Amino acid sequence: MNGDWPLWEVFVRAKGGLAHRHVGSVHAPDAQLALAHARDTYTRRMEGVSLWVVPSATIVASDPDQAGELFEPAESKIYRHPTFYDIPDEVKHI
Amino acid sequence: MASLPPIDVPKGASGAGVFDARAAGERHPAHYEYLLRLGDDALVLGQRLGEWCGHGPVLEVDISLANLALDLVGQATLLLNEAGDGDRLAFHRDVLDFRNCLLVEQPNGDFAHTIARHLLYTTWQHLALQRLTQSSDRFLSEFAHKAVKEVAYHRELASEWTIRLGDGTDESSRRMVDGLEWNWRFVPELFEVDETLKAVIDRGIAPDPRSFQEEYGSAISAVLAQARLEAPADQRPILGGRRGHHSEHLGHLLAVMQFLPRTYPDATW
Repeated sequence: MNGDWPLWEVFVRAKGGLAHRHVGSVHAPDAQLALAHARDTYTRRMEGVSLWVVPSATIVASDPDQAGELFEPAESKIYRHPTFYDIPDEVKHI
Repeated sequence: MASLPPIDVPKGASGAGVFDARAAGERHPAHYEYLLRLGDDALVLGQRLGEWCGHGPVLEVDISLANLALDLVGQATLLLNEAGDGDRLAFHRDVLDFRNCLLVEQPNGDFAHTIARHLLYTTWQHLALQRLTQSSDRFLSEFAHKAVKEVAYHRELASEWTIRLGDGTDESSRRMVDGLEWNWRFVPELFEVDETLKAVIDRGIAPDPRSFQEEYGSAISAVLAQARLEAPADQRPILGGRRGHHSEHLGHLLAVMQFLPRTYPDATW
């Protein structure tokens, strides 16, 4: 039975102001029951205030074989981190 | 073999406050009975749904049913602790002293049977709780405010599954029809007003179920229409649960549920 049901990715917003965060996936026959299953599986301990479910099949993923060309070039670009500035003491919360 | 602990015997014919002096003293006997009715409904249905744990058709549904069960056990805990010693009432009462309606003790059957039972009960429970928020009894009013949200979800989920099974495959539709057929005859009991219920209605403690009977009928019809199912033909109603006249199924349920505390009365964990 489970094999007939598509997979849905579940995103939970922990509290107002935060972004929805990927938490896992559920099987469900349709969008509405996917929401119900997501609610019952991932928010039963007060984890969230809002839920998204997205058909897993609609997610476009990067190819692991291309990880080298996609991500490794960034490793040698530490100047892209804003760590080379002197921040005045008066500036807070950075 | 360990012997069973003694079972409390009702004092007097009224059945009032057997387990709790407070109930017999300050509260109207019918008020106590009413707490037992609501509490036993939740306890027995919670235990029934708990039987699915580890046996659900798929993992997600398994968790979903266990969640519903936990909501109900939570409601039962509040209600039975208000009536008296909740643990004693749940685990040391005999079948004849239970006041739940017959619908909730019906066996799970297959998933469609369980959904049919849940639809028929939680639609009623939701309508009752909406009105119970206005109860003259402060505890019941506060209880209803909390529980009505849980039960709104139960009702929604049972309706959604009824629609999917009814309007699904030939097999799912047939199973849904069977489930409704089986449970249909226990619905009239939910709307029966006996002396006890009348006493709490008159005191503003409980809503009169007849006031939402029509709404219940149209709500169920609307779900069945969406599920492309016909309402079963009315059958001879079966009553008596509220007076302790239960089907054979409840005894089996209690045997499992009460086994541990009755066999090891001092067990703690």
